[in-house]
Amino acid sequence: MSDLLAARSQMAISLAFHIVFAMIGIAMPVMMVLAERRWIKTGDSVALDLAKRWSKGAAILFAVGAVSGTVLSFELGLLWPRFMEFAGPIIGMPFSLEGFAFFTEAIFLGIYLYGWNRLPPRAHLLAGVLVAVSGALSAVFVVIANAWMNYPTGMVLDGGRVVSFDPLAAMATPAAFPQTLHMLLAAYAATGLAVAGVHALFLLHRPDNAFHRRALGLALMVGAPAAVLLPVSGDINGRFLARYQPAKLAAAESLFETQSRAPLVIGGFPDVAKKEVRFGIEIPGGLSLLAFHDLNAQVTGLDRIPRDLWPPVAVAHVSFQVMIALGSFLALVSLWAGWTVVRRRDLARQRWLLRALVLAAPMGFIATEAGWFLTEVGRQPWIINGVMKTSEAVTPMPGLVVPLLGFTLLYVLLSIAVAWVLYRQIVRSPVVIERTLP
Amino acid sequence: MSGESGAQLIAIVVMLALNAYAVLAGADFGGGVWDLFASGPHRERQRRLIADAIAPVWEANHVWIILVVVLLFTCFPPVFARFAIVLHIPVSLMLIGIVLRGSAFIFRSYERGDETQRRWGRLFAIASLITPLLLGAIVGAVASGQVTPPVAGAGFVANYVTPWATPFAFAVGVFALCLFGFLAAVYLTVEAKEPDLREDFRIRALASGVLVFLSAGTALLLSLRRSAAPLMGRGLTEATHALPLQVSVAAVAVTAMLALWFRRFGLARLAAAAQVSLILWGWALSQYPYLIPPDLTIQATAAPWVTIRLVLIALGLGAVVLVPSLWYLFRLFKSR
Ligand code: HDD
Ligand code: HEM
Ligand code: HEM
Repeated sequence: MSDLLAARSQMAISLAFHIVFAMIGIAMPVMMVLAERRWIKTGDSVALDLAKRWSKGAAILFAVGAVSGTVLSFELGLLWPRFMEFAGPIIGMPFSLEGFAFFTEAIFLGIYLYGWNRLPPRAHLLAGVLVAVSGALSAVFVVIANAWMNYPTGMVLDGGRVVSFDPLAAMATPAAFPQTLHMLLAAYAATGLAVAGVHALFLLHRPDNAFHRRALGLALMVGAPAAVLLPVSGDINGRFLARYQPAKLAAAESLFETQSRAPLVIGGFPDVAKKEVRFGIEIPGGLSLLAFHDLNAQVTGLDRIPRDLWPPVAVAHVSFQVMIALGSFLALVSLWAGWTVVRRRDLARQRWLLRALVLAAPMGFIATEAGWFLTEVGRQPWIINGVMKTSEAVTPMPGLVVPLLGFTLLYVLLSIAVAWVLYRQIVRSPVVIERTLP
Repeated sequence: MSGESGAQLIAIVVMLALNAYAVLAGADFGGGVWDLFASGPHRERQRRLIADAIAPVWEANHVWIILVVVLLFTCFPPVFARFAIVLHIPVSLMLIGIVLRGSAFIFRSYERGDETQRRWGRLFAIASLITPLLLGAIVGAVASGQVTPPVAGAGFVANYVTPWATPFAFAVGVFALCLFGFLAAVYLTVEAKEPDLREDFRIRALASGVLVFLSAGTALLLSLRRSAAPLMGRGLTEATHALPLQVSVAAVAVTAMLALWFRRFGLARLAAAAQVSLILWGWALSQYPYLIPPDLTIQATAAPWVTIRLVLIALGLGAVVLVPSLWYLFRLFKSR
């Protein structure tokens, strides 16, 4: 394995690991706060119990999120020192702001998790709100940095050298809005629906357990609206790609030839040598419609991109298809749940809906990983789109396979441990029979 | 303000953040070390005290190191690049230590009362012991002036191992470990509510205080061999600030020990923290104006003024949020 490939893989594994905990760190505080607020408003002790148990489980995930994030901040330099040397002054701003968001998050998390008996309820709730806000802000800032890598702005270049730059203009990259919006929605959808799925599993056995009923309702309140909005926001991302990162969109859709009335390919597997997609379903004009909201618009294909600047087409294509398929399912299940609530039916007794929710539980996270693979692999061979190649950024230290193996092993073991500890937390959930069924 | 003084200011903030990390997170690591060496009839109570002291604050304390990293790559990018390239191996090992320490700690607190809990506890304690060693060795390597650019054809060991695998760096690692253990023991005398537990940690603080002296002496002796840490040796002995600084370190160190002896624990806590801070600033001054000796200075590596200015503004605004929040956190959990 080449050093470059090892570095890319290590980066991918570290990020793929961190993002799971980061998303939980964004959305879980919102759910805890909603549960606690309900207790304060209505005196519903089940809601308080729920807030406490959720925060206990979340504490584990927060800690793992914090340490894996620390690894990442160092890895930016350990693996990509030339990139950071070039880009640090330009996009250091969002990272610095993110640092402050981490601080407030960690401080108020400590207060929230260990302050149940030390603060009046409203102050405690406020600490939770601050955790939720700073979690969302950390995500926004770090994704802005990534958006700049995808579409760098705010600098004047002369043959690869930066003549002048403006960090604020760099933060204002047009990629920032679509990406941060999509990322935040993904965090709420994935986490909310995953939690809903876990509690749905318990409700399939005991639909009258008040604890899980409350949990399901609150989790859906966070997850379902976000899941419905995700395809809408994804459409903005797609249109952004069509205009600003045509190579990525062409790879995602395996569009080998530039054409008007470009078809939308659903599923399938690209055969790069033959420049065709096998087993895919084509909807004529679909891609033009999605990308430009115009059936006859011309969409740039890979033929306009020099061959050595193509991203790995198959990875981008499959990632995109997986994200869309899972996203559609999540949106439909969420609409179904919403419709059930609108018709004033008892969610906990809709056995088919509960089953669908259990099935949906891991999907948001899988879709997110796929989405990030599309974003990151689809940018290749660039680390800063059009400015610096990934191969120019990598550390000169040889033997990078060794740290790759080391960190991979670490993360595999850690994943097993987290799963085990959480499992033991969850099976200990209480049985509280609902007395007044609606 | 000009770019020059702006960069100086940021270098000072980097040192302040490192100082905060040492004084706060350092003690969290030290606590883990005392967990490993928990002994005597109060063993389990010692462990409980340590865990309760660390739990609410360690994540916040940990963020200081992230601030250091972010400020380095934003404001002194060549410094971060050099650091990350040459010290790849010890930094990676330290990261593994950080990950294991944090996750084992949290796993342990959720698996109360069985064999699994004990295993996580062991892992937490061992990781707490190894991480400061590596952190100290990294600082030692930087101070030694051997973190120089890799030379093509010089070979892997010469480029990526020799700079940090030195007796001096190792001695600084041991010194850092002793310091953190000392800090933790002193802090725990204040945290302990029961007299017998407090006495346990008083003994530990006194003993580790002696170890701090010994390990400091070793590191100092090694640094006087000019080849090991030329700048540091010079800075610690010849520069104008050297004597007053050394006198103050000695004064606070003696104060800390005396305060422990006479059971003035509040004073001991203050003196111990001051001791660690003064040592760090002594190091910083001894290698000023270099961030990484022998060649990377503050001025030569500073990012352009646009960046420095914005970061200074962000630091100012951030401090407005951060300082009261931190104050509140510590008042809530650490006042007694
Ligand atoms: C719950 C997770 C989830 C779901 C259901 C979807 N996405 Fe997504 N998508 C992500 C989670 C995600 C993400 C958080 O992983 C990414 C990676 C980078 C980013 O900003 O968001 C992403 C990126 C991403 C990109 C690439 C952006 C870029 O590289 O600049 C596009 C074009 C889409 N998405 C489009 C969609 C569409 C059309 C969806 C319709 C169903 C969709 N996504 C559902
Ligand atoms: C290169 C990319 C990234 C780096 C360098 C990074 C860095 C970090 C660091 C250092 C922490 C620990 C903070 C602490 O000690 O409390 C952290 C946590 C966090 N990160 Fe990341 N991160 C990256 C990617 C992301 C992404 C893409 C997201 C967006 C979803 C994200 C969101 C978060 C959140 C919400 C937390 C707090 C999580 C928790 O406490 O569980 N990060 N990250
Ligand atoms: C947390 C969600 C993220 C995931 C799952 C993710 C995934 C990946 C993957 C799969 C790669 C390897 C791509 C390849 O080389 O083929 C990669 C590379 C990289 N990512 Fe991300 N990424 C995430 C967020 C971020 C963010 C927020 C940043 C920066 C602020 C970032 C910075 C980088 C860098 C510097 C590389 C290495 C260079 C490159 O391969 O282009 N990533 N990421």
